[in-house]
Formats: sequence, C-alpha cells, structure tokens
Amino acid sequence: MSETFRTISENNTLDKSKVINFTFNGDSFQGYEGDTLASALIANGVHLVGRSFKYHRPRGFLGVGVEEPNAMVQLHEGDKSEPNIMATEVEITEGLKAKSQNCWPSVKFDIGEINNVLKRFFPAGFYYKTFMWPKSFWMKVYEPIIRRAAGMGVAPIKPDPDRYEHNYEHCDVLVVGSGPSGLASALAAANNGARVILAEDKAHFGGSLLTDNVTIGNKSGKEWADETISYLKSLPNVIVKNRSQVFGYYDHNMTVMFERVSDHIHNPEKYMPRQRLHYIRAGEVIISTGSIERPLSFGNNDRPGIFLASAANEYMKVYGTLVGKKPIIFTNNDSAYKAAIEFHKNNIKSLIIDTRPSSDGELVKEAQSLGLDIKFNSGIADVKGRLKVTSAIIGKFNSDKESYTSLEEFDCDCICMSGGWTPTVHLSSQAGNKLKFDESLDAFVPNNKRQKETAVGAANGSFTLNQSLAEGFQVGFDLSNSITSNNKNTSVPTSNEPSFQAHDKFWCMPLPQGKNPSRFIDFQNDVAVSDIELAFREGFRSIEHVKRYTTLGMAGDQGKTSNLNGLQHVSNIQKKIVPEVGHTTFRPPYTPVTIGTIVGREVGNHFQPTRKTPTHEWHIENNVVFTNAGLWLRPRYYPRGSETMSDAVNREALNVRKNVGICDVTSLGKIDIKGPDAAELLNRVYTNAWMKLPIGKARYGVMLREDGMVFDDGTTTRLSENHFHMTTTTAQAANVLSHLEFYLQVVWPELKVNVLSTTEQWSGAAIAGPKSRDLMQKLFPKVDFSTENFPFMGLVETEFEGIHAKLYRISFSGELAYEVNVESNHGLFMWNEIMKAGEEFGIQPYGTEALATLRIEMGHVSGPELDGRAVPYDLGLQGMVSQKKDFIGKRSLEKDAFVNPLRQTLVGLVPVDKKTKIPEGAHLVENDKASLPNPKLGHVSSSCWSVEYNNPFSIGVLKDGKNKIGQQLFAVYPLKDISIPVEVVSSHYVDPKGERVRV
Amino acid sequence: MLEIKCPYCGKRSQNEFAYGGDATVKRPNLGDEVSTKEWDNFVYFRDNPRGKHTEYWHHVAGCRQWFKASRDTATHEIFNTASLEEEL
Ligand SMILES: [Zn+2]
Repeated sequence: MSETFRTISENNTLDKSKVINFTFNGDSFQGYEGDTLASALIANGVHLVGRSFKYHRPRGFLGVGVEEPNAMVQLHEGDKSEPNIMATEVEITEGLKAKSQNCWPSVKFDIGEINNVLKRFFPAGFYYKTFMWPKSFWMKVYEPIIRRAAGMGVAPIKPDPDRYEHNYEHCDVLVVGSGPSGLASALAAANNGARVILAEDKAHFGGSLLTDNVTIGNKSGKEWADETISYLKSLPNVIVKNRSQVFGYYDHNMTVMFERVSDHIHNPEKYMPRQRLHYIRAGEVIISTGSIERPLSFGNNDRPGIFLASAANEYMKVYGTLVGKKPIIFTNNDSAYKAAIEFHKNNIKSLIIDTRPSSDGELVKEAQSLGLDIKFNSGIADVKGRLKVTSAIIGKFNSDKESYTSLEEFDCDCICMSGGWTPTVHLSSQAGNKLKFDESLDAFVPNNKRQKETAVGAANGSFTLNQSLAEGFQVGFDLSNSITSNNKNTSVPTSNEPSFQAHDKFWCMPLPQGKNPSRFIDFQNDVAVSDIELAFREGFRSIEHVKRYTTLGMAGDQGKTSNLNGLQHVSNIQKKIVPEVGHTTFRPPYTPVTIGTIVGREVGNHFQPTRKTPTHEWHIENNVVFTNAGLWLRPRYYPRGSETMSDAVNREALNVRKNVGICDVTSLGKIDIKGPDAAELLNRVYTNAWMKLPIGKARYGVMLREDGMVFDDGTTTRLSENHFHMTTTTAQAANVLSHLEFYLQVVWPELKVNVLSTTEQWSGAAIAGPKSRDLMQKLFPKVDFSTENFPFMGLVETEFEGIHAKLYRISFSGELAYEVNVESNHGLFMWNEIMKAGEEFGIQPYGTEALATLRIEMGHVSGPELDGRAVPYDLGLQGMVSQKKDFIGKRSLEKDAFVNPLRQTLVGLVPVDKKTKIPEGAHLVENDKASLPNPKLGHVSSSCWSVEYNNPFSIGVLKDGKNKIGQQLFAVYPLKDISIPVEVVSSHYVDPKGERVRV
Repeated sequence: MLEIKCPYCGKRSQNEFAYGGDATVKRPNLGDEVSTKEWDNFVYFRDNPRGKHTEYWHHVAGCRQWFKASRDTATHEIFNTASLEEEL
C-alpha cells in the first residue's frame, strides 16, 4: 500500500484488527471493517472516482452519505452487477469489486471529456434544443453519440440472483433519523408506552452526535447516543433499525422504508434477503432527518478533493480517514471550523477562508487559539488541478463583494467547504406539508402539515443541540400521549455545545477578472451558475420550468446539496426573494431504491398465486401443456408422441365428435344462490325468464351491464325452490360475484337472497361426445339416462361409491354431454374412475384448445366475442332477451345505436382456398387493394381448424352480417402483409339445428 | 396507499378494497318508464368533483360488504365511512 490517509486521533467505528481487501478499477486496496467504499478509497489516496454526467469532468467525493452526488460506481460483476451506487453508502466486504462508470476508456483518460471543451454546444436545454433540429440529423448523428457518451452505469442483463422481501409494520410513532432529536423523540415516546420504530439510514446510530464535540448529561454525545440506543433496543415496544432509509411518505401515513439487510455481510446465510422493503403505517411520524450542508459556488468547485466540510469531519471522526493533508477550509459559517479543529488533532494545520468579516463563535475562537491562519472577508475564486485539486486562487472581497482586491495562489490537496445548512424537508414535503421560507436560516422549513407528521431538530430548522433535544423530548411525549394517553414524562438532560455565530448569506463567489470557469451548483446533473443564467435569458421564469430545462435537482439526487443554492440563484437573477420563487416538488424516493426490493418476492412463479384444480397432478402425468386462465392453470392440450399442437388438438376434438372426451371444467365460476327471492334475483340479472324454471332443470343465461353490453353467460340450475347453482365463465367469476353483491346490497336490499362463491368446492369434469351416455350409464347404473327421464338441461343428484355427485346434462361442445360435479377432495378419484370406465369407449382428455375448436365450430360465443362491445343482437342472442320483464341493462337496448340493423353481427368465415388459417384479429374488408383508410366491416374473433369439415373456420363480427352470408370478402392483417379471401357463412357451422345435444 | 375503515371490519389497507363509483347515483326502478336522457344520466354521466366525494367501496378481500365513504378526491382524506343503512 502506498501512502495512506488515516487519522491518529480517536475514531468511532473502524475495527483496525479486521483488514478487508477490495478492488477499484482493477487495482487492489485494503480497508478496515467499518469503512465505506468512499472512506477506504480516500484512505488509499484515491479521489478520482468518476466522470460527470454531461461534460465528463473528472469527479471525486463531495459528501459522506446520501447527499453524495458524484461518486457513483458500478458494483460487483455478472448477474450481481449493480450500477449507480453511491460509494458513500457501500460498506466494504472482502473481495468487493467496484469500478468507475460513465467513462471510456478509463477514468483518468476519458474521451467524453471533449464534451467539457465543447460545452458551449452542450448548454442548458441541450437535449430539448437538439430535438428541434432536423429529425434525420437527430436520429442518425446525435442520438447514437449521446447514447454511447451519456447515461451512467450499465444495467445487468442477467436475472437478479438475490432474494428480496417485503414486510408490513404498524406502529404508533415512527422516528426517522437517529440524531439527537430523533433519539430524544424515540426515548420519550417509548417511555410513554407508544409502539415505536426508529429508523437510521447509516450503519451507526447517533447522527451529528458522532461528529460533534458536545456533552449530554455528564456524557459525551456519542456515549449518550450509544446508551440510548441499547436502552431502546431492550424495550419490547421499540423496533430499532439501522441501514434503513425511509424514502417515501404516502397517503394516510403510509411510509416506505428500504433496509439493506445483508449488503454489508461477506457471506450471508442462505435465504437471508439482500434487502427488505417495509411498509410502515404509523400513527404519527417524527421526521428527525437532520440537515445537509450546502456547497459554495466558485470556479471549478467540482474538482476531486473538494469536499463538504462536514463530510471531511465525519471521514475523520467516524471513519478515521483524512481527506487530505494540506487542507483549505472555505466557509460562510462557524460549522466548518469543526473540521479545522479535527485536522489539528492530527497535527495538520488548515488554512481557513471565511467570507464573513469576523465571527465570535466559540469554534472560531478555538481555531484562533490553535494558531490557525484565518482569512476573513475572502473567497476562493478558482482552483487549479484537473484530476485532483492542487491549489486555490484566493482573494479578498471588495466592499460590494462582486470582485476581489487581489488574488493569491495557495497550495492545497483538499478544500473543505461549507455554505450553510439545509434542513432535510423531503419527507415533510412528500407528506403534503406546505413549507415556509425561514429568512434567518435561508432555507425552507416545514410549516402547515396535511398528515400526521412532525419535524424536529435540524429538519425543523432547530440547529442547536439544546433546541433539538428539547423539541425531541417534547414532541415524543406529546404525540405518544395523544395515542396512549399515558403521562410518563422523560426528563430532558442538560447539554453543552459551542456557541455559534450566524452564517453569511453569501455563497456564490465572484469570478476572477477576465476568466470564466464553471461554478457548479448541481454536481450530479452538471448544472452550473451560467446554465441558470442562460435559462433566464431564454425566458424561463417558473422554478419548475427552470428545473426541467436545466435538469437542476432532478433524478436520483433530488437536489440534496443543490436545491437551495439553485433557488437562491434563480431568486437573485429575477431580483425576487426565495419564497416568491417557491420550491420544486420533492418526490419519492428520497434515495434510490433497487427494483429488486420494490418487486420483493413477487418474481417468477411467485408473481401471482397459481390456482390448481384437484386433478392437476393427473394432467401432468398425462403429458399436459398448461395454459393460464386468469390465475388458473388449465390443460391446453395433451400431446402424444411426436404430435404437434395442432395434431393433438385435432385428435382431441375429433375424438369428442366421434367417441367421448373428458375436460377439466373446475375453473368455471360457481355461485351458490339461496333465499326466497333467489329466482327474482336471477330474473333481474339475466336477460331471459327464470321464475318458472322447474326444480332439477338448468337454463342458459346471458347477463348484461347497465349499458346493454353482454357481461357474462353460463348455465344456472334450480336445485330446489329457493336454491340455485350458477356457473360463470372462468374469466368473469369474481366480477359476477361482486356484481350480484352490489345489486343485492346496494340497489335491491329488499331481496332476501344470499350469494356465495363455491368455485373451489366443486371439481367438475365435462364428458362429451356421442358415447358419453353409455359411459355415464356404466358409471352410474342406478340413474336412468334416457332423454325422457334425464333430458338436455337436466340435473340428477346421485352418488358414486358413497360420494355425492351432481350430474348436469349440459354442453359447450355441442355434442351430447354431461358434467360430473363432486366435492373437490374427491375430484381426482372421480376423474380416475371416469377414465377407467371410459377406456372401452375410447375416452381421451381434451384441453382448452380442443374445447375452443368444438365451440367455434358450433358458433358458441366466448371471451373473444364477449369483449364488452357487443349487445345480445350482435351475437345472435336476441332470442334470449325477454320482452315481458325488466332486467339490468334492458333500457339501454332501446338506444338507437343498438337497434341499428347495420351493426356488426356474428358470422362464420371460411377461407376460399379451404387451407389458409385466418389469424384472429384480422380485419374484414370488401377490397383488400382499396386505398387507405380501407373501410373496416368487422373483425375475426376466434379461429380453429374445423375437425368436422377438415378446413379452417373462424367466427367474427361483420357489419350487416346476416345479409352478407354467401358473399366473398377479405380477411386482412396488414402488420404481416396477410390478405385471405374468405366466404361469409353461418356461424353455426356444425349441427346448425342443435340436434346433437338433444339425442 | 389509503387506509380505509370498513364499517364491519375496521381499518384495513386499500389493497383489500375495490372502488365502486359515485354513491349518490340512484338506479331507476325496474319497470319504470325512463326517458333516454334520464337513463343516459344514470349510465354514463358522472360529476368529477375536486374535493368531497361520496362513493361506494367494496371490501372484496374481507367481509365482501359494500359501504359508503366520503373522501376528498384531491387530498385522499377519508372523512368517514358508513354502512349502506347509515347516514354518512
Ligand atoms: Zn369488511
């Protein structure tokens, strides 16, 4: 290892006995347990980590946590590869591989940096302007170049091998952030009996208490934080989470938290999730998210080696890492002096540049007493050093602060800057809080809340420790009291911290005379002071427009360090005050969240539940190919030997026409309807009459929506006077139940009827074909299957070896058919018995494809025809519409459009060559060569190979269809350049009189 | 995600419920003579207010009861919920 940059002063968290090896851009480095990738790289003297988004400028680290805008890296390799990760948020693990992104061929020599030289061609709004150039120029020249040059990391192309989980939590009080105010709130609320969740983004609890030299009670800030955390962890009513970011605040106090469960563990246990998403519904949310330091604007302020002063201090105190050995501290307030004092403890003298004329703050006095060189009323005009800062050009301000009296160059290897502090109001704003501008702080703070949230401490603009603690304890007590009604107060400990003097509201340094270096505001989006000025010159006034035009404060960064500086610059240019300009909307997520975490366990087969019928295993043993029908897996076909799908489907369908087939119909919706008004309900929801249906008989029914469109169809059987068994299509089963419940509960509460889904209670097998009666007779010898005693649409209840069985004589295939229904747990047994008994009749199972063939040949409508655009007339169902009674949707059928004889109605279609299959979705036109737009007369809804006639057959809807039978049209499919001459025939292609079902 | 108080089950997450539309619309009685305009108003036309809205919700993944809710369409605040028999 070459020169290292570690502190000799005490640090809080590193375990120097545990060395960790990792690589960055292929070079090997060592760090310690407790290091982040950022602190370990800095400790190894590595500052150049990436290239900026637009200009490809060399960039290093600015911050130490979620505020980091520059240091985004690509982590891991292969299927674990992950782009755009903030190096400040990664805890190093043994063997970690990280590399720079957005640069080529290397981070030190990046061809894209030519964008920086050409930057007058890449100004604010570049993308918008380019779009306005000739289209061909954009597509051929600019778009490919930009795609290669811009963008950030590379998304992995393999499936994510890691495991992610979701968790739902409820609590009385959620505390976001474990700094002094957060700890105080959690402590007060927990002591008062509230169920508390305390969430901390970092690995370590304590927030500013880890870096500030303060005392609480008779302890150091850190000791108090450690003790409070262990006490909270010991309480049964408190959940304490580190590495957990509350990134979103949604309606009704729903917050979402992202937990890094095992990212920091070298070899996590099997099944340990990588990350977890917590949905937390909190009674009250206490937002103690602290504040983020603002950068200062000066020439080339984005060079590697230029840090936020607070970050430099935290690297020293928490990570034992020196950001440099020859620092310049540049500040407009007292807080940056903490870094100078910490450097001094490591025998490093800082040069301090302060924009203010003077300060009486205790930290300033301490620095003076340490003999540090402080230049007041001065600023940095520009810096030198391209890949790493080497010197700063420093000048004393003239009285108007718009220029310098003289400039002088000072060597340095890092600059630690502070432009004041911005309360982290993202969550408050997401919660709907109307923020107000606080003049003394120069920042927005929460004001009028819409939800149950309360900001405390620095997030609320309370920057002193005393204030933070007092607020935290008070709010923690008050809110818990409002929930638990307990009155157990926690006493506020005394605290001590250095006094502060006000900051200077001056953050944008004048340019050195005759020079024009970029002064960056938004590092992540490469937005400089000049870009905002350009947007103003081009007429953008609204802050929302300026944001989108310049990309200020957009994307993953959400303006954490840039927001206030940007607003202030817009205000300065417009000669307005910040509150008049307003602020842009803060949106979730506060920090980037992995897609894997959002998806959780809902991947692959867990994407949605799978519904299996009781005979599922039998189908698998018989070489089934399944299809998804809603959540159900239904047999599609059962190929034998080398059969293709169409071979298998034709064989299955033909066997039903010739012998007997068996089909699993368990997934059909079934609804049990009971009560004295059951028949009256059916009479109102179906288009046909139901009052006089005899017991033991089924009837086909069609339901409409109120707008007259066909909603669903099925058979319903009267089991007894007041008891019916309704069937629905598989697809609409849930909707039909909700529909019935709506009318029963909301519209006609006077009807005495109960409805209940029994879909999963019954296992159904359709037995169809000319030999079905013989098979049924063999299975149920006691039942008389003659048409006189068991006619079409009849029901017989019987038993099979002690099992209750309902036998319906109903048919979807158009053949003589029965349906055997037994309780689900007997479904597999019954199915096996049917197969055994059916062997001598040539029984074969058939799937949904053969079922479709059979029903299409018969002209029976199904899902593709019931598409929500058809009234009964369109589907030839007008005979099902009662003229004698009212029912749901009847009044709509009188509307002019629905009685128009030119409506598209159901027809059959046969290709003229009797060979070419007609694709579903094809349009029907009179002349396939007509100029566009070619008038569309209808479309093809369902297609099959007719096993009866051995040629393709389709059904579809056609304008004035009934009068076009016998005509020739074209089925066209322009996407694939298909045009097929077709003849219009009756939709009842097979058995037009419907005799087979009645034999 | 909203938190909705089912009058029968208590507070539950929004993903247990289905929205059921404007609860102030009354279906014309069966068998009544209904003008085309009246029928069209019932089937097609709905107000789209910004602010307080009285609406139906269905506790589909719960007790399967329909009920009424008064909700602010802009802020999603739910002022109260009531069973169909109760006044909102
Ligand atoms: Zn309920």
